[in-house]
Amino acid sequence: MKEFLLLFRQADFAYRDLSAEDFRALTKKWQDWAGGIAAEGKLGNKGSRLAQEGKVLKPGGVITDGPFVEIRERLGGFLVVKSDTLEEATTLAHGCPVLETGGSVEIREIVL
Amino acid sequence: MEKELESLKHLFKQEFSKMVAVISRLFGLQHIEIAEDIVSETFLLASETWGMKGLPPNPTAWLYTVAKQKAIHHFRRNKIFDTKVLPEITVRQELTDEAEALSFSQENIQDSQLQMLFAVCNPAIASEAQIGLALRILCGFGIDEIAEAFLSNKETINKRLFRAKEKLRAEKIKMELPPENDIPQRLDNVLHIIYLLFSEGYYSQTQNQILQQDLCLEALRLGLMLAAYDKTNLPKTNALIALMCFHASRFNARQAGEGEVVLYEAQNESLWDYSLINQGIHFLQLSAEGNEVSSYHLEARIAYWHCIKEDTPEKWNEILQLYNALLMINYSPSVALNRTFALYKANGQHEALAEAEKLKLENNHFYYVLLGELYKNIDNKKAKASFEKAFQLAKTDTEKQGIQAQLNRFTDEHTH
Repeated sequence: MKEFLLLFRQADFAYRDLSAEDFRALTKKWQDWAGGIAAEGKLGNKGSRLAQEGKVLKPGGVITDGPFVEIRERLGGFLVVKSDTLEEATTLAHGCPVLETGGSVEIREIVL
Repeated sequence: MEKELESLKHLFKQEFSKMVAVISRLFGLQHIEIAEDIVSETFLLASETWGMKGLPPNPTAWLYTVAKQKAIHHFRRNKIFDTKVLPEITVRQELTDEAEALSFSQENIQDSQLQMLFAVCNPAIASEAQIGLALRILCGFGIDEIAEAFLSNKETINKRLFRAKEKLRAEKIKMELPPENDIPQRLDNVLHIIYLLFSEGYYSQTQNQILQQDLCLEALRLGLMLAAYDKTNLPKTNALIALMCFHASRFNARQAGEGEVVLYEAQNESLWDYSLINQGIHFLQLSAEGNEVSSYHLEARIAYWHCIKEDTPEKWNEILQLYNALLMINYSPSVALNRTFALYKANGQHEALAEAEKLKLENNHFYYVLLGELYKNIDNKKAKASFEKAFQLAKTDTEKQGIQAQLNRFTDEHTH
């Protein structure tokens, strides 16, 4: 079985503006979704959520605070799933809560 | 006479592992079979003597004295003590004779048992026989009891135990505690074996409920032994103890629900053992120290929530999240099924059904029981077909009866 990296991209999302209750509900959505993949035995690595802040290093030692200006969405987190084909991995990505808040999931095979 | 035999049986369980541990500690694990023989001979003598003369005033002291004499006699006769053991221990402990070294003091018993626990649970000897060896050496179970627990026969069990002891010798496993820095890691394997012992009892296919309960209580005793020793009293140890307490608290209630597949649902909570539940809560609180969240932590909290009978959305959502987290640490089909059941209780039937259909655990009868439950009132035809499939796949009569009860309910209620 191959492994695929799911990358969650999202436009700047103001998590801080969420009420405690909404935040809990959103967390639950993520956990239930990832739990569902794990229940199929297809979770390779539970991955991590990434902090909003970051730096980008470019040729010539240019450091920026992030790619926000240039691309619309930024990386919010990742997860590794196990599946035989890219199509199946894409099916697993359905239901990802990031899609409900205007984000996207990028699915890439991990080449060992 | 009967009273004597009964107390002898009880004493055997209680003392066998202690005596084997103390003797093995002194003479070395390579002589473990001799240690077992000496202890067995001691009990044989006890049954003969006590049967005629009645119980001595202090039966345990009697056993220790006789075992000690027998051990010294044996090892002296074979010169094992003089040539092999004594040169080593005089350096270590400055003891000059075996009588002094072979002490059945509380302290020595405790130390020896702890060392034996680490020796038997050494990952180097990991095999199917390890659980059997633990049952025999750490818990004092008889060969016939072990055979019954594994639904096997005495011959097979004897062979397995023999192989496991060969491995102890081949790997030169010593009776000693691991160096302090290695304890947290080596402890994982010890906890895992205790967990397996407990599960063997709790989910055992044997119909002998006393045996099942004995297995579980022995596993709990081993856990408590680790908690009594500072260096092994870690949060994960406490979490495992809590888990075992919560499960064990439902023993009587489980037995009342015999024949039901969804045992928990049918349980009468007045049969739950609340002193065990409280003990579990105590250890659960202790387990919360530190940052580590082991699978025992998650399972203990799931078991804790099951000790609260009242169904609330909060309860089922907590259970669901714990199962989600557990699956991310460790996938197993049964956890996946339990998680889907929790999803049903927390998020509703339709969502759970969609998730259940994805699981495709096609040879698992519990899977079809769950599907049957989830299709109910959504697609009764499929519900019935699922229960029928579960009936075909079920392994024991008890399970088949429970599924049949579900099927009967079907023809009565749903099709009219």
